[in-house]
Amino acid sequence: MKSLSPEKKAEIARRFTEAIPHCSALGMSLDEIGEGEALISMPYDTRFIGDPRTGVIHGGAVSALMDTCCGAAVMSHPDAPAITATIDLRIDYMRPATPGQAIRARATCYRVTKSVAFVRAVAMDDDDDRPVATATGTFTADHSPSRRSSEALS
Amino acid sequence: MSFKRPEPVQVVKQRRDAALHSLVHGVPYVEFLGIEFERHGDELTAVLPFADKLIGNPMLPAIHGGVTAAFLETSAIIELGWSILWDEIEDGRIDPESLIPGQNALFPKTIGFTVDYLRSGLPRDAYARARVTRSGRRYASVHVEAWQDNRDRLFAQATGHFLMPMRDE
Repeated sequence: MKSLSPEKKAEIARRFTEAIPHCSALGMSLDEIGEGEALISMPYDTRFIGDPRTGVIHGGAVSALMDTCCGAAVMSHPDAPAITATIDLRIDYMRPATPGQAIRARATCYRVTKSVAFVRAVAMDDDDDRPVATATGTFTADHSPSRRSSEALS
Repeated sequence: MSFKRPEPVQVVKQRRDAALHSLVHGVPYVEFLGIEFERHGDELTAVLPFADKLIGNPMLPAIHGGVTAAFLETSAIIELGWSILWDEIEDGRIDPESLIPGQNALFPKTIGFTVDYLRSGLPRDAYARARVTRSGRRYASVHVEAWQDNRDRLFAQATGHFLMPMRDE
């Protein structure tokens, strides 16, 4: 996998992420990707409201954004295989996202071992200084050609 | 000692179903995902009917990890809200008919949520059951398990910590 150029890896990760049906359903767009880092945004949409009294987006939609962004960061990492699956993901919610504003997630894959990729991410709305949520996750990084990492979890 | 006749079964069911309805309905994102709840006594089972828009890996295909997380988080929040509501409904402090779907002030807020992905989510219906492991005045902890075909083969589990709703007393 290391034989692929960083540009090629980023391109594969971009294509894969943009082909995910649930990501299109949530209106996500991949703004930046490459070298183990990804930036994905999700516009405000009334269909994803979690609290109708305030109009705040549901935490689950933020989870979906975080999971996608973390996965994309792993796939674009030079040392990770082109396909991955979430092992675990922890999300801490700091504050509700401001209604009417898009939510942006930035994920960094900071370490890849022989079998596991480690990722952290932060989600923001228009106020960059006060994060909406942070995430930490581990993802599969199965390099053996006989087993696709997705199968390792089935 | 006078013996109080038990309430007619329809009255009990109607009261509990109205309370559950007010918790589950009226939240746009829960309806977007298509999550429903089945009730047996006070036991709730969350059901996520499969739909193409829930796919995360089109090649397998598998349910999106974020959908799984959202499904588990919704199950946990509803279970916690339900456990708060149950006593108040049963002893008559709250009239279930007065509860408006989506306007429920009893929803706890998620502080942190950790999901373990044990198997890939197959393109079919998923089920989840949550258990409130600790419920205090300010904080609560909930554990959730999700499965598809086989109850003993979980495809995901999660633990969440929640901030309890403030009561105006």
